Amino acid sequence: MQNVHSDLIAVIAGIGLVLAVASVIGLLLQIRLSPGGENAAIENLNDRIRAWWVMAAVMSLALLGGRTGAIILFAICSFAALREFMTLTSASRADHRTLAAVFFIVLPVQYYLIWISWYGLYSIFIPVWVFLLLPIVSALSGETRNYLVRIAEMQWALMICVFCVSHVPALMNLQIPGFEGRMVLMIAWLVIVVQLSDVLQYVWGKLVGRRKISPKLSPSKTVEGFLGGCLTATLIGVALSFMTPFNPWQAGVMGLAVTIMGFLGGLVMSAIKRDKGVKDWGHTIAGHGGFIDRLDSVVFAAPIYFHLTRYFWNVG
Amino acid sequence: MTELVSWAITTFARLLTAVQPEWAGIDPGMRRKRIYFANHVSHGDFVLIWSVLPKRDRRRTRPVAGADYWRRGGLREFIGTDVFNSLLIERNRDRAGDDPIAQMAAALDAGDSLIIFPEGTRNLTDAELLEFRSGIYRLARARPEVDLIPVWIENLNRVLPKGAIIPVPLMCKVIFGAPLRISEGEGKDAFLTRARNALLALNPK
Repeated sequence: MQNVHSDLIAVIAGIGLVLAVASVIGLLLQIRLSPGGENAAIENLNDRIRAWWVMAAVMSLALLGGRTGAIILFAICSFAALREFMTLTSASRADHRTLAAVFFIVLPVQYYLIWISWYGLYSIFIPVWVFLLLPIVSALSGETRNYLVRIAEMQWALMICVFCVSHVPALMNLQIPGFEGRMVLMIAWLVIVVQLSDVLQYVWGKLVGRRKISPKLSPSKTVEGFLGGCLTATLIGVALSFMTPFNPWQAGVMGLAVTIMGFLGGLVMSAIKRDKGVKDWGHTIAGHGGFIDRLDSVVFAAPIYFHLTRYFWNVG
Repeated sequence: MTELVSWAITTFARLLTAVQPEWAGIDPGMRRKRIYFANHVSHGDFVLIWSVLPKRDRRRTRPVAGADYWRRGGLREFIGTDVFNSLLIERNRDRAGDDPIAQMAAALDAGDSLIIFPEGTRNLTDAELLEFRSGIYRLARARPEVDLIPVWIENLNRVLPKGAIIPVPLMCKVIFGAPLRISEGEGKDAFLTRARNALLALNPK
């Protein structure tokens, strides 16, 4: 426990400073360009910044609560994300029992397994056990219409919203020599780098974005935004490598891995939204949309980050 | 106590459904006496409508419900009459002491808004919406100056389908359409069809 708390508080203060600067910029933009709230882009920007304050505060409180705080926070995120995802699936009335089991058994069990640090089971519980048991429960309902689509979508929802998200607090279970008690900082590093990459991709894209990467999936994503965002977020990750067990160049490789996965995760989740004909996953986070709109990049980055770290640094 | 219970019930409904209102046809800020008419898929319908109405309007917005179900005493009666201040009507007209339409008109005259379910019963079928019973027509005739607001409740039938005890968390929406009124000389069937179509038009699916 080498000063993990003072380091964490320094990080939180840093985030507060960045958000304060963002709020001032947002306020100036509003005064100059949108005094009566007529510019939708600026209103949305300010909504987003306000929501960031709330998210940063909740995240900070949770991480100050250490292992317990992290597990509870991400369990709640999983619940909210799963609620959004299941709403868009074809799960029908026949799947009611399956859905009840998914929300009230699978989700808590997954987080309980993380809590008791049972790696051997939490890494196969949803991909193996639930994968086999869930279609059985739905089959017993006797409804065959859309059966494969229904079970596939429910399994996918679980993988994304519960399995992948739970790999963020699962980082607390890794044991890295010389880094004991500091895993909470690794979580903060992941979330900061991935979320900053999202924000910076947006900023770079607005400033110098020309070539669209995938106009059909996500019209706002550009090559320039992608490169600029991933690279600057990675550089910030390198600067923050004191929060990790990595040396600066290792932090750079990790930063690239999580930001690129995050970007591609955003594309995948956009493809699902287009498929289902919605713009946002939900409405619960003002300016951002739903929980999945904010979590999509973390979802794709977290398991990769977890396993790379586990493979190269973990002992025991 | 009733405040606390009403808070607990609406909070539970929000946690489960993250219910979101969509004011497609009316401005919730305007304080007006209204008749909300909604599709009826579960016992939680009026809870969702209640949860999204502005707080100050809730006490004065009374769900119209069947006395046979809600007057069985105990917790159910407490929730129905004390918490939600519902207007209980006799569905079984053999025993009816009072004319339901007169009861509803009296509540409107007292300044309250009403929530009614013109299908008359929960829709447990695969049909989008059942045929309307004539009650809404007779109410509109009795008080033609009050706005009728179609309200579509989206997804709640998936949260708590027929026969299920445990609700599952899914996002719900409550969509408020544009007001309509009965016109001079409009017949029963014409009005019922018009009102039903206005409600169906709100279904996003």
